[in-house]
Amino acid sequence: MFENLSEKLQRAFKNLRGQGILTEDNIGEALQEIRVALLEADVNLDVVQSLIEHIREKAIGHEVLTALSPTEQVIQIVRDELIAMLGKDTARFKFASKPPTVILMAGLQGSGKTTTSGKLAAWLKKGGHRPLLVSVDVYRPAAREQLKVVAQSVGVNLYEGDLKGEAAGASLVERLAKEARREAIMSACDVVIVDTAGRLHLDAELMAEMQRLKSLLNPQEILFVADAMTGQDAVRSAREFHDKLALTGVVLTKMDGDARGGAALSIRQVTGQPIKFLGTGEKPDAFEAFHPDRIVSRILGMGDMLTLIENVEEKLDRKKSEEFAKKALAGDGFTLEDFRDQLRQIKKLGSIQSIMKMLPSVGPFQGLQQAAENVDEGQFTRVEAIINSMTQQERMHHEIISGSRRKRIARGSGTSVQEINQLLRQYVQMKKMFKSMGKGGGMQRRLMGSLTNMRGMGR
Amino acid sequence: MLPTLFGKSADPAPTQQKSGLFERMKQAVTRTRDGLQERMEDLLARTRPVDAAALETLEATLIASDLGVHTAAEIIGHLRAQAERQQIRDGAELKALLKVELQQILDAVQTPPPAVTTKPEVVFMVGVNGTGKTTTTGKLAAYFREQNQSVLLCAADTFRAAAIEQLGIWSQRAGVEMIQTRPGGDPSAALYDTLHAARARSIDVVLVDTAGRLHTKNNLMAELEKMRRTAQRFAPDAPHQTLLVMDATTGQNGLQQARLFLESSAVTGIVLTKLDGTAKGGIVIAIAKELRLPVRFVGIGEQMADLIPFDASAFVDSLLDR
Repeated sequence: MFENLSEKLQRAFKNLRGQGILTEDNIGEALQEIRVALLEADVNLDVVQSLIEHIREKAIGHEVLTALSPTEQVIQIVRDELIAMLGKDTARFKFASKPPTVILMAGLQGSGKTTTSGKLAAWLKKGGHRPLLVSVDVYRPAAREQLKVVAQSVGVNLYEGDLKGEAAGASLVERLAKEARREAIMSACDVVIVDTAGRLHLDAELMAEMQRLKSLLNPQEILFVADAMTGQDAVRSAREFHDKLALTGVVLTKMDGDARGGAALSIRQVTGQPIKFLGTGEKPDAFEAFHPDRIVSRILGMGDMLTLIENVEEKLDRKKSEEFAKKALAGDGFTLEDFRDQLRQIKKLGSIQSIMKMLPSVGPFQGLQQAAENVDEGQFTRVEAIINSMTQQERMHHEIISGSRRKRIARGSGTSVQEINQLLRQYVQMKKMFKSMGKGGGMQRRLMGSLTNMRGMGR
Repeated sequence: MLPTLFGKSADPAPTQQKSGLFERMKQAVTRTRDGLQERMEDLLARTRPVDAAALETLEATLIASDLGVHTAAEIIGHLRAQAERQQIRDGAELKALLKVELQQILDAVQTPPPAVTTKPEVVFMVGVNGTGKTTTTGKLAAYFREQNQSVLLCAADTFRAAAIEQLGIWSQRAGVEMIQTRPGGDPSAALYDTLHAARARSIDVVLVDTAGRLHTKNNLMAELEKMRRTAQRFAPDAPHQTLLVMDATTGQNGLQQARLFLESSAVTGIVLTKLDGTAKGGIVIAIAKELRLPVRFVGIGEQMADLIPFDASAFVDSLLDR
């Protein structure tokens, strides 16, 4: 686990107390820490250099306010600088005044163009459009087949076209693209999404093909699809694609991993084009509008509270949660049935680790992420299986679960009596915890305690 | 059998072939090294005493090649100490020293893979999405066919749309057979079928193309563990190799990928793909240093023959030499 930037800065600034102003001298170590943090996040070296200079200029002479610690002040400066660089608001989409709007997808091999094309189509469909997908990737084996399956799964139109035995090459690519646009007009589709073959920015022939596609289709949007895990080379490939094609936006994919995504800054810097969307998973709806402030927090390793809150609001059943809270905090109301409900709700949010990653690793949440690393996710499923194997009566009144009932439940859930004992012990503890929580205070310590227990519950 | 396939010590091929590979590898990374080369030349053309600024430039060069801040700092720290001890003042000597340093890191982990006692040898191909697992599996099949090994492919990526069709096309190109299940089916079931078919047909090598998965997805990593157990039930030492397919454009996240795949699926080596671009793939040096994982193959293009065994000295030479 990387140490988070504010922890590092705190160390760098520990000697700064009592000095009234940030100077060239006392800020040096802090700037070094910022540099390392940005490089660890894969921000391009040259971009880092120029950022550091900006930050230095802004920071020097800044008065050390009494209300904020120097760490907080510098972080504020860094954040503002990065956010300014990424552009303040989420970019909008351009549509043609006379349909169909054409969107050209471009990028290196394996960046996720086909998956993204499908997600974009689903997103447009949700927004009331009638998108048409077409793949002009006649080179990679089964690439066109892949888009066909994707189109089916999101339920949008696909122009399949007939290769007519024509050899893979520019003329076939152009024919398919032209036919697809005609098909869009015929079938009243207002957006055509053209999925292209992955290509290296060095490949003169394929880049020329892309340029011809552009002049042929006159697309409103040319989106560069880039992998969030890309390192220092992001600058080069993005620059080449932009020079040749004049990109209009960027989609950053595979953001559901743990890459910091510093490539976002690099790409934005060299293309000057906004990052419009993020790909955040393999499902068609794992596609989000881009928010600069959130990725900045992520690049700096400072959590992503907003995404977490959005996730919770979208996926959790608020009414159920409120009912539960009222009941549980009242004391005796918390049954095994409620326990199972809660487990199911938590599972909807994704893995515990991914949830905890969105929390800042300092302040009240300190230590939670490490604790979460040790949580066995399979345990959730086993606990759910155990509760599923209980009768309604048993779920409401755990006291009646005798030795023979435990044996039966163990058989039914494919677990052991020990595991059931453990679960019941934990449940009683939680029940007590909720009861005392109802009386106020100490929420965080207890939450941590229960996570630690969860770890202890492993087989 | 294996050392002859992977290790260069027991390479049965005459020196001619070896230099051929060496040359190809060099060609492949020529473009790769351009940026690095320019910076190096800039630094080294003028002969001057080793000073802090020179080392700093070298360090920046390594960072720009995706070695990572910490690895670069460590290597440069070591270089500085050596340069001082050996009283090196000359830029060219400093460069030679860096080359040795980098090559030692890679060589130290280039141990031959374990020998296979009972056929077939089972090789798992794993990695995050979009690194080129299916393409590499197809090329690897052709590579083993070249070596007169019989190969059976297992289409265990039942998740991604058209992944099975894609591997199917590669199996035709390479002239090998493929065992598959329906899309969305259990990859372990496909593996089970493949292994038993391989035994019945006295196949030498089974290549298992698994679905791309981010190393952070616990349930998907558990699926890989299940596949390992399936293979182990078939033969206790299977899978003999687990190759992590990594894209040369990968940045610092590559280390975390390698770490988690190593933990959950006991990766034995890396295939570095897309080295024909401008990305340098320097993260493999950080991985070798920290996790002691060797690079086995490099991918240098989209053609079937564009997969060649990794050669540490060629990799470093190509990176630093004219």
